[in-house]
Amino acid sequence: MTTVALPDTDPPKRGWYKRNEIAVTPWLFLAPAILFFAVYVIIPIFQSFSISLYDWDGLGQAEYIGLGNYAELMNDRAFEVSLWNNLKWLVCYLLAIPAGLFIALFLNQTVAGIRIYKSLFFFPFVLSQVVVGLVFAWFYLPNEGLLSNMLAMIGLGPVNVLGDPKLATYGIILAGLWPQTAYCMILYLTGLNAVDPEQVEAARLDGAKGWKMLWYVIIPQLKPATFIAFVVTIIGALRSFDLISIMTNGGPFGQTRVLSFYMFEKALSEYGFRMGYGAAIAVVLFLIMLVFIAYFLWSMYREEKGGH
Amino acid sequence: MRSTLKASALALTAALAASTAFAGSHSLSGDLKIFLDTSNPAPRATMEAMIERFGAQHPELNIETTVIDREAYKTQIRNFLTADAPDVATWYAANRMRPYVEAGLFEDVSDLWAEPAIADNLASTKGAMTIDGKQWGVPYTYYQWGIYYRKDIYDQYGLTEPTNWDEMKSNCQTLLDNGVKCYTIGTKFLWTAGGWFDYLNLRTHGYDFHMEMAAGNVAWTDDRVRQTFANWRELIDMGGYVDNHQNYSWQEALPFMVNGDAAAYLMGNFAVAPLREAGLSDDQLDFYQFPAITEGVALAEDAPTDTFHIPANANNKEAAREFLRFVVSADEQTEINNGANLGQLPVNASASIDADKFLEQGFAMLSSNSPGGVAQFFDRDFPAEMAAEAMQGFQEFMVLPDNLDDILARLEQVRQRVYK
Repeated sequence: MTTVALPDTDPPKRGWYKRNEIAVTPWLFLAPAILFFAVYVIIPIFQSFSISLYDWDGLGQAEYIGLGNYAELMNDRAFEVSLWNNLKWLVCYLLAIPAGLFIALFLNQTVAGIRIYKSLFFFPFVLSQVVVGLVFAWFYLPNEGLLSNMLAMIGLGPVNVLGDPKLATYGIILAGLWPQTAYCMILYLTGLNAVDPEQVEAARLDGAKGWKMLWYVIIPQLKPATFIAFVVTIIGALRSFDLISIMTNGGPFGQTRVLSFYMFEKALSEYGFRMGYGAAIAVVLFLIMLVFIAYFLWSMYREEKGGH
Repeated sequence: MRSTLKASALALTAALAASTAFAGSHSLSGDLKIFLDTSNPAPRATMEAMIERFGAQHPELNIETTVIDREAYKTQIRNFLTADAPDVATWYAANRMRPYVEAGLFEDVSDLWAEPAIADNLASTKGAMTIDGKQWGVPYTYYQWGIYYRKDIYDQYGLTEPTNWDEMKSNCQTLLDNGVKCYTIGTKFLWTAGGWFDYLNLRTHGYDFHMEMAAGNVAWTDDRVRQTFANWRELIDMGGYVDNHQNYSWQEALPFMVNGDAAAYLMGNFAVAPLREAGLSDDQLDFYQFPAITEGVALAEDAPTDTFHIPANANNKEAAREFLRFVVSADEQTEINNGANLGQLPVNASASIDADKFLEQGFAMLSSNSPGGVAQFFDRDFPAEMAAEAMQGFQEFMVLPDNLDDILARLEQVRQRVYK
C-alpha cells in the first residue's frame, strides 16, 4: 500500500469514511456476499448440527436426545446402503473425466462441420436432469425398453436394470454420466485451445508421439482443466438427487438412495418429518463434503502461493 | 393523540359491526380462506362449484379459494397451519390427522358433531374423525377398495367371482395356465402394496387384530403376522402378480389390465375412471369384494375418507363451521359425489348414491357386508414412519419373498422405536 505523501493540511475536515476508505471499501463490496453466505450457508450448518441433537417433528416440542440420532444412524441399514451408494457415485462418476478427455481429444480437429459434432456431443448437458432421467428410465424399461430390445437382438434375455437392487444404482449413474461427460468434454476442449503449440512441436522433434505425447506433454498442460473437471464431477456426484427421484424414487425398496435423498425422505417427504434425524444425515453428508472442500481449498491455496 | 382517537374509533366501529353481524345470526361476513388439495381437474371443478353455491347463500362473505397440488399439499400443510392459516383446509381422516391434532393445529369441532343434522347422518365416519374422544373435522367423501376385474376374461375361462381363498387361488391358477397374470400392481410408490397387506391381514385375522397392529401392540415377528405373509406368499410364488411391478406407478400398471395381460386389480374406486377412459366398457369391467380367507373372520374393508378441517389459527371460525355444515349436508353430498363430479360415496346417510354400477356395489358392500369394520388405509391407520418402512418392506417382500425374516426383524425394530 502506498501512503499518500501529500501534506496533511486539514485533517478534521475529512470524514471517517474518507480516512479509512482503502481499508473499508473492500469490506463494503464484500458485505452483501458475506451477509448472504452467512445467512444461507454458514448459520444453517450450525443449525443442522444443533437440530441433529434433537428429536423433533418440525411442529411440536423438540426433545433433546444428545447423540441419539447418530447412535441410531449406526444401526440403520438404509443409512448404510445410502452411504455405500454415495461412494459408488463418487467413484463411478469420475469416469466422466477420462471419457470427457477422450471425446475432447477426438473432437479437437479441424474437419468440415466439426462445430456441429461438438454441439451434438455437448447437448446432453443442456438437457434438464429430469429429462435425462425420464429418457433413461424409458430406455431401461424391462419389456418395452430399447435396452431390452437391443439385448434381445443379440439373444440375451431382458434385464430390468432399475428394478434390480444390484444394478439400479449403476443404471442411474450411467444416466448421470451422459451429461457429466459432456461437461468435462467442454472443459477439456477449452483447455486444449490453451495447449502451447511450440511445446507440442518441440516434443514432436524429440520423437514423442501417441500415448507418450498425451501423457507427458498434453495432460500436464491440461492440469487446470482437470482440476475444474474434478471439482464439478465430485459436486455432481454428491448432489445426485433429481435423477434418483425421477428414475427410481429411491427404490426398489430403498436400494438406490443416497445420503441427500435419504435425508429428504426422513425430514421432508410425505412420511418423513423427523427433522433431527434428517439433520444428523445432513451433518454426515457435510462431513464427507468437508473432506473434498478442504482438499479443494488446500490445492487452490497451494496454487496461489506457488504459482507466482 | 389524534391517531389513537382515530384507532379507537375504528375499533369501536369494528366491534359494533361484529356485534351486529353476530346479532344477525347467520348473515356471515368477512373473509373465508379455503385451501384445497383437490388439484385434479374433475375434483377441482366439483369443489369450486360447491364453494360457489355456498358463496351464493352468503353474499356478504368474501371467499378466497386456493388449490394446491395434491402431493405438494402434503408437505405444505405443515407450514400454512402454523404460519398463515386458512379458515378451512382439506386433509385425511384417522392417524393421518393425529400429528396436527396433537400439535394443537386443528380446531376441535365436537360441537358440530353434537348437532342432530350431523350426529344422526354421519355416524358411520365418526370413529375415523375421533381422536381422544373429540372430533377434529368432517368427512366430505369416501370410496371403497376392492378387486376390479375383467369380467370378459373371467367369462372366457369360465371363472366366477371368488368368495373364499381357495377359489381365489384356483381362479388365479386357471388364468396363469392361460398366460394371463391374475393381478396387476405397480409398487414404485409403495402404497399399493399397503393395500394388499391391509386386505390379506384383515381377511386372515380380522379388523381388531389389524387395528391392534396399527396401534403398535403386535410384534411384526408375531406368528399371526407371519401367517398373513404366508398367505401373501402363496400368490407371489404362483406368479400371480405382473412382473417388474417395482418399476411402475399405479397408473403405469393400468395398461396390463386394459390389454388383457392381467385380469384384476386391487385398487380404490378412483381406478374406475382411467380404466373407462382407456376404453373398457362396463360389460368388461366389474367389481368384487376381497374374498374371505380365514373362515369366521368378519369381513372388513378399506374405505379412505377425505376430510375438511378448521385450523386452530383460523380467523373466521364461525363462517368455517357454517361451511363444514354445508359440505356434509345431504343435498351437497348427493351433488358432489355423483358420477359427474367426484364419483365417490357420500358420507351423509340421507344423501343418495348416483346410479353407477361401482358406486352402488361399493355402497352396498360398505353398508351391509362389512360387519368387521371399516379401516382407512394402511398409511392412514399406521403412524407415518411405521407405514413408510413397512410399505417398503412389502415391496421388498413381493420381489424377494425369501427376505421375509430380515424384513420383519427390521420392521419390529422400527415398531419398538415408533411406539415408545
